Amino acid sequence: MNAYWHCFSGIVLREWLRFVLQRTRFLSALVRPLLWLLVFAAGFRAALGIAIIEPYDTYIPYEVYIIPGLACMILLFNGMQGSLSMVYDREMGSMRVLLTSPLPRTFLLCSKLLATSLISLLQVYAFLAIAWLYGVQPPATGLLIALPALLLVALMLSALGLLLSNAIRQLENFAGVMNFVIFPLFFLSSALYPLWKMREASEWLYWLCALNPFTHAVELVRFALYERFNPLALAVCVGLTILFALLAVLTFNPQHAALRKSN
Amino acid sequence: MGRGGDAMNALEVSDLSFAYGAREALRHVNFELAPGRFAALLGPNGAGKSTLIALLTRLYDLQHGDIRVGGSSLRDAPRPALKQLGVVFQQSTLDLDLSVEQNLRYHAALHGLSRRQTGIRVEAELTRQALSERRSERVRELNGGHRRRVEIARALLHEPRLLLLDEASVGLDPASRLALNQHIRNLCREQAISVLWTTHLLDEVQASDDLLILHQGRLVASGQADVLSLEHGGDLGSAFTRLTTSGAAR
Repeated sequence: MNAYWHCFSGIVLREWLRFVLQRTRFLSALVRPLLWLLVFAAGFRAALGIAIIEPYDTYIPYEVYIIPGLACMILLFNGMQGSLSMVYDREMGSMRVLLTSPLPRTFLLCSKLLATSLISLLQVYAFLAIAWLYGVQPPATGLLIALPALLLVALMLSALGLLLSNAIRQLENFAGVMNFVIFPLFFLSSALYPLWKMREASEWLYWLCALNPFTHAVELVRFALYERFNPLALAVCVGLTILFALLAVLTFNPQHAALRKSN
Repeated sequence: MGRGGDAMNALEVSDLSFAYGAREALRHVNFELAPGRFAALLGPNGAGKSTLIALLTRLYDLQHGDIRVGGSSLRDAPRPALKQLGVVFQQSTLDLDLSVEQNLRYHAALHGLSRRQTGIRVEAELTRQALSERRSERVRELNGGHRRRVEIARALLHEPRLLLLDEASVGLDPASRLALNQHIRNLCREQAISVLWTTHLLDEVQASDDLLILHQGRLVASGQADVLSLEHGGDLGSAFTRLTTSGAAR
């Protein structure tokens, strides 16, 4: 059992060191959501008033509404990017080292997913801190309650990323992932607009958003940030995390990539 | 080549075959490596060396046949097998931004070594590879030869019985290449570690080495290098050419 713990903590430590050493990557990951918050949301505030909806107790400015979606956007980008690089990029070298460990492959992959998810949380909280200074201030206990919700979402999205990169050859470059995974997941969700607004626009658009796992991720975090519990979102996120992780581990096989390349 | 007397072979490859779809990369490969021996695996490009390494390091799953490291089957008991295997890959797999010591500690963690064990082992390997003074340097700042030594230190941290080096001298200047080769031979002798050294450079092979020649996915020759040379042309160069012209693949 100790060997597992030493191994897991070693993997987390490595991700932490890489995070600390690659500050530019960290900063660039923050620029994206900050642009949305400071530019997009500011401009949109005039156009979109948010009525009283759960979990908020009052009318809210658009910047407040968009924060959970942007926090999840960081996790979405990190999850996809991290998992893709795990399989295809330069990290292939370090992946080979990981796989020479005598511990079970399932354990190694799950540890890696968990480690990158933990590091992503640091970026999310850095973003929330800046948002706080900007004036978006959820309750302090909400920030604490959101921690496990954010970790669950990070895990779900990393596992989805790994599953997709195992399964789909066309996703080998990040542009493909942006167009076919990240954008649809993000825009067809409640990250930018509440679902009732979507329903006003179109019924089928509403249903697409309501069925999107990312909507549930955003709502789980939104509710947690305001100290509320959303059982449906939690059930969906837990279920999908288990499903994605299971399928990702089962389909993970560097040999498949080699076989595809040789064909 | 199992000349280890009663001692268990460090490596046994039995009836190993592997195909990428319809294309066969390895066909019925059999060989053994005795403890403390230095074996050179020679083969032209495309001979199947990379596939063999991928199978030995469990990157690929076995399709047919078996590989036993220190008596443990990679198919049935991968954990004890991998515990006894140290690997230096062809392309560097170090984290360039991490220090020498951080790289080593990460590897020790992957093998489940405790903090105390790790401290002892890292210290021992840094000393042995003459890297103690560079422990805090980032790998990015090291030259090619030193990086290779870090990788060797890393591969030996968990005290494997078998050290696998896949074209480890690629990219090094001639002097560093020679030094590395000599260094591994010393390790092999002093620590009684078995070494499987894959290469396509004949000058890295010595007369007393065990020699394995792979060609078109088949092991076309195995035995002591000087004996094989005598049997197939007199010197190693002509033996290698004779064995790796396509007609030689049986």
